[in-house]
Amino acid sequence: MNLIPASDSSLLIVLGNAISPELHHRVIGLFQALLAKQDPRIRNLHPGYTSVLVDFDPLRMTHHELAAIVEQSAGPAGTKAEPESRVVSVPVCYDTEFGPDLMDLASHAGISPEEAVRLHTSAEYLVYFLGFSPGFAYMGGLPEKLHMPRLATPRGHVAAGTVGIAGSQTGIYPVDSAGGWRLIGRTPWRMFNPNADPPTRLQPGDTVRFSAIDRATFSVMAQP
Amino acid sequence: MPIRVKNPGMFSTIQDLGRYGYSHLGISIVGAADRLSLRIANLLVGNEENAPALEMTLLGATLEFEERHTVALAGADCDAKVGTSPVRPGEAVEVPAGGVLKCGGMKTGARSYLAVQGGFDVPLVMGSTATDVRGQFGGLQGRRLKAGDLLPVRDGRSGRIRRLKPGVLDAVSRHDIVRVTRGAQQEWFGPETFEALFSCPYAISDQSDRTGLRLKGQPLRPREQSQLLTDGIPLGAMQVPQDGQPIILFVDQQTTGGYPKIANVIMADMHRVGQFRPHEQVRFQEVSIPQAIMLLKEQERWLEDAFVL
Repeated sequence: MNLIPASDSSLLIVLGNAISPELHHRVIGLFQALLAKQDPRIRNLHPGYTSVLVDFDPLRMTHHELAAIVEQSAGPAGTKAEPESRVVSVPVCYDTEFGPDLMDLASHAGISPEEAVRLHTSAEYLVYFLGFSPGFAYMGGLPEKLHMPRLATPRGHVAAGTVGIAGSQTGIYPVDSAGGWRLIGRTPWRMFNPNADPPTRLQPGDTVRFSAIDRATFSVMAQP
Repeated sequence: MPIRVKNPGMFSTIQDLGRYGYSHLGISIVGAADRLSLRIANLLVGNEENAPALEMTLLGATLEFEERHTVALAGADCDAKVGTSPVRPGEAVEVPAGGVLKCGGMKTGARSYLAVQGGFDVPLVMGSTATDVRGQFGGLQGRRLKAGDLLPVRDGRSGRIRRLKPGVLDAVSRHDIVRVTRGAQQEWFGPETFEALFSCPYAISDQSDRTGLRLKGQPLRPREQSQLLTDGIPLGAMQVPQDGQPIILFVDQQTTGGYPKIANVIMADMHRVGQFRPHEQVRFQEVSIPQAIMLLKEQERWLEDAFVL
């Protein structure tokens, strides 16, 4: 574990240097332990692939005090209990109406669109962290056949709920935004609701599966 | 009765001191770009310093008051007037029923803050009233103001109007120097790169906004091109994308990113970042983390002592 002061009011805790499910478990374990402290001096926690950034109030806490809390929360290396992981099954309609890049993805992989959907719904994904926009979960575990670089030019508008892939990752756009990922479907779920508690459907550490639904089911589920 | 927006100005949003505790869900801290000025405006009208106030950018708003309200401006001077009487930043004034507050263009500085006694009455979302424009929530319907909007005001007539000591704002007036500490990926950069950063001026690009200040100047290059695994972004981080032109990531910035961070603006100078205008020049000066914290404590003491008792 490497503790780096990232600014006068934050500490970056680096736990390793390569993306792996094992390291992810340690990142999430530390993140959950720090979150559970509910220490009012800690203002924000940002888990990443191999690190957790902690923002704190420098008028009420020093880097040293925070480092001591972190070391105590992390425990001796490797002995941390398994972090909690919920399994969330997200319904997705893979109609080309919602997934304009599904055909391109299938031909890039040399398979049929049906096979691409079967592969996308067969895997279990890990939510490494959230970023980019409120509730946007970066999920690893995409089957290798479906790996494809992001679009050269991002789209100016991607509708909320749209499911995309980029490189070895998959994700869901929670709010209308610009976006460069390849779009393959859409969930009728509202992934971000600022007035709900918690406001996002997904949280760091969740395990996600996608289940295919048809257009009629999408319409029924999308009713407000 | 609410205050009516006759003209919203260039980019005006309701802000407070920010939304904390949700960055692990991808939610930015947002809040005022110049938090010090928002605090001063609120304190002048007797509000809590975190009360929702109006942040105006480069060109201010025109507001119609149906009832009498006490207001204060702080930050950039936006040449504001009620009728023909000027309203200067740093003093509370009363706007009579039927009065129109007209804020104009800012000649120096980029953001002006308007606090109204009681504060604007917008709902708390995740513990803050600040507008998150990218997330489309908070503030007034999650967006910038437009003509015809009605801004409700909380009842707060009991707040004590305060006055600043004469000349006290000079201590936090605009400055082309921004002090930084070395960033999370400082090891990626060699001594000659830091020398360039601390000796050459950088120009503020007109692509800058609340998500970040894009800088143009001597390119900064890491020792070797390698890929950073996405990690968290502190407020005020200076990241270096592949073209070597640094970006100061600011209040609306996303919570994680994948470019190395060479330096970080100190908390005591974050208000300066919020007041730069496109095409202005900025210089960076290095301080240590203990110095940065000392400067922040000094600033807090200055604010406590800035008002007439």
